[in-house]
Amino acid sequence: MKAIDRSVFYDSDTPLGDVVLSSRVRLARNITGYPFVNRAAPDQLLEVMHRVQSSQLGSVFEHGTRWVNLQSSDVSDRGMLFERNLISKPFSEGTHPRCVALSADGCASIMVNEEDHLRAQIYAGGFKLYALVESMTQLDRSLERSLEFAFHPRFGYLTACPTNLGTGIRMSVMLHLPALRILDELEKMRRAAKELKLAVRGLHGEGSDAHAELFQISNQITLGRSEEDLLEEFAGVIVPRFVEYERQARQRMLETDALETTDRAHRALGVLRSARILTLEAAFKYLSRLRVGVALGIIDSVAMSTVNRLLLEVQPAHLARIRSIPASAADDDRAARATHVRATLDA
Amino acid sequence: MTRLCDHCDQPATVHETVIKTGVAHEVHLCADHARAHGYVLPATTGAAVSITQILQAAQQSQPRAPERTIRTCPSCGMTIANLQAVGLLGCPDCYKVFEELLSGVIQRAQDGASIHVGRHPAQAATLIDRAALRNRLAKELREAVSSEEYERAARLRDRLSSLGTAGDDDLGATLDTPTLP
Repeated sequence: MKAIDRSVFYDSDTPLGDVVLSSRVRLARNITGYPFVNRAAPDQLLEVMHRVQSSQLGSVFEHGTRWVNLQSSDVSDRGMLFERNLISKPFSEGTHPRCVALSADGCASIMVNEEDHLRAQIYAGGFKLYALVESMTQLDRSLERSLEFAFHPRFGYLTACPTNLGTGIRMSVMLHLPALRILDELEKMRRAAKELKLAVRGLHGEGSDAHAELFQISNQITLGRSEEDLLEEFAGVIVPRFVEYERQARQRMLETDALETTDRAHRALGVLRSARILTLEAAFKYLSRLRVGVALGIIDSVAMSTVNRLLLEVQPAHLARIRSIPASAADDDRAARATHVRATLDA
Repeated sequence: MTRLCDHCDQPATVHETVIKTGVAHEVHLCADHARAHGYVLPATTGAAVSITQILQAAQQSQPRAPERTIRTCPSCGMTIANLQAVGLLGCPDCYKVFEELLSGVIQRAQDGASIHVGRHPAQAATLIDRAALRNRLAKELREAVSSEEYERAARLRDRLSSLGTAGDDDLGATLDTPTLP
């Protein structure tokens, strides 16, 4: 898989881009006539794969589709897909017949035989939920022309887990919340999210650590509301509200501790520009601080899109690909990471 | 980077930040130690809510089921015991076979919702229980109007009218669709 360097991935020139790093919409569907993945035999799973591979994917994939068979793909391909949140950890590490379709621009994927027969995902940098939902609707309609989806008049689109029933749509945004963490308000944020029926996860999904103060929030309810209502609530009300919490916290940080905040951002840039050793944790820490500096206008020599890009490129599989070496050899290559960051910031 | 369990050398899969008296400290546990410490793990990483927990609660709160309701899905062989263990349904038909047990589970997982009001596949148009859907939409419309969510009410109104009246004329008169101000 060639290193895809599309600016759409790192695009931050969207409203709310100072807090919203990226947006994602996911759709879950199953085909009638087959058991769900957890109960299907390998030959049934192969048939499902064949059916999906023969179907029309529509305009989201119009510039080309690459199919990756997870049973035979190498570790580095899987690693990059995982780091871009295009495949999940269980999918990456599973052993049953499964594959993934990737769009040419690397922003859309359809996992076949993850928890459901189909898990389609479309991703964009910045805050782009409305456009993503529209693209997903087109993809759904397109797939439906060649596949018959399991549907129940009362429960809607059927999924292996009842938490995905009904619309089968999950929207999420990756939020950068450093001020909320510094002001110790993350607990408040989690409680608010819980009350609003949102799931809060770290950078790489369920159970992951909160690297770089990045948090994914997504809707938990998929049934009983129309797709438009879910979108309007999440994108129109909830996300702006969380962005506001963080923005206000950042302002408070600036007001009460202007010197400290400024120093922290510049110091981070200093380390990133000169360190010869950078662990992943350290890279995340300093990139997060740099990002606040850029967002607040404290640092103007670095573009937001550069920071967003580095947040991805410091991760093991991406780093290995940039250096053209196998992912396993780059597991903790602190020197290479530091070199790449310096080179990127100097450019 | 793989964090190891706080108590052994296995990779940690449960991570929690515990805040006590303003001090945050992190807990990292493998699946076994997590269970030993009383964490209830989701049956699948895809579920934010533990279906297994909900099912167990549903089973416990129901009166002892008579023999005849213990069922196996004829299409995939899934039983209620399997369902509780795995937290996932076995096939689309399971939803029909276990409908009563599931509607409670679904309501709890979906914040009280139990009826789909969104999009449906073109082929399934005839399956939709139009009357039930229209009643449901009308109820939501009334709620939206009374809580002054006029944009949402307008969308519901559009959906109601798009459901059409062809073949349902006898139902039209029985529905009380409120008008928007």
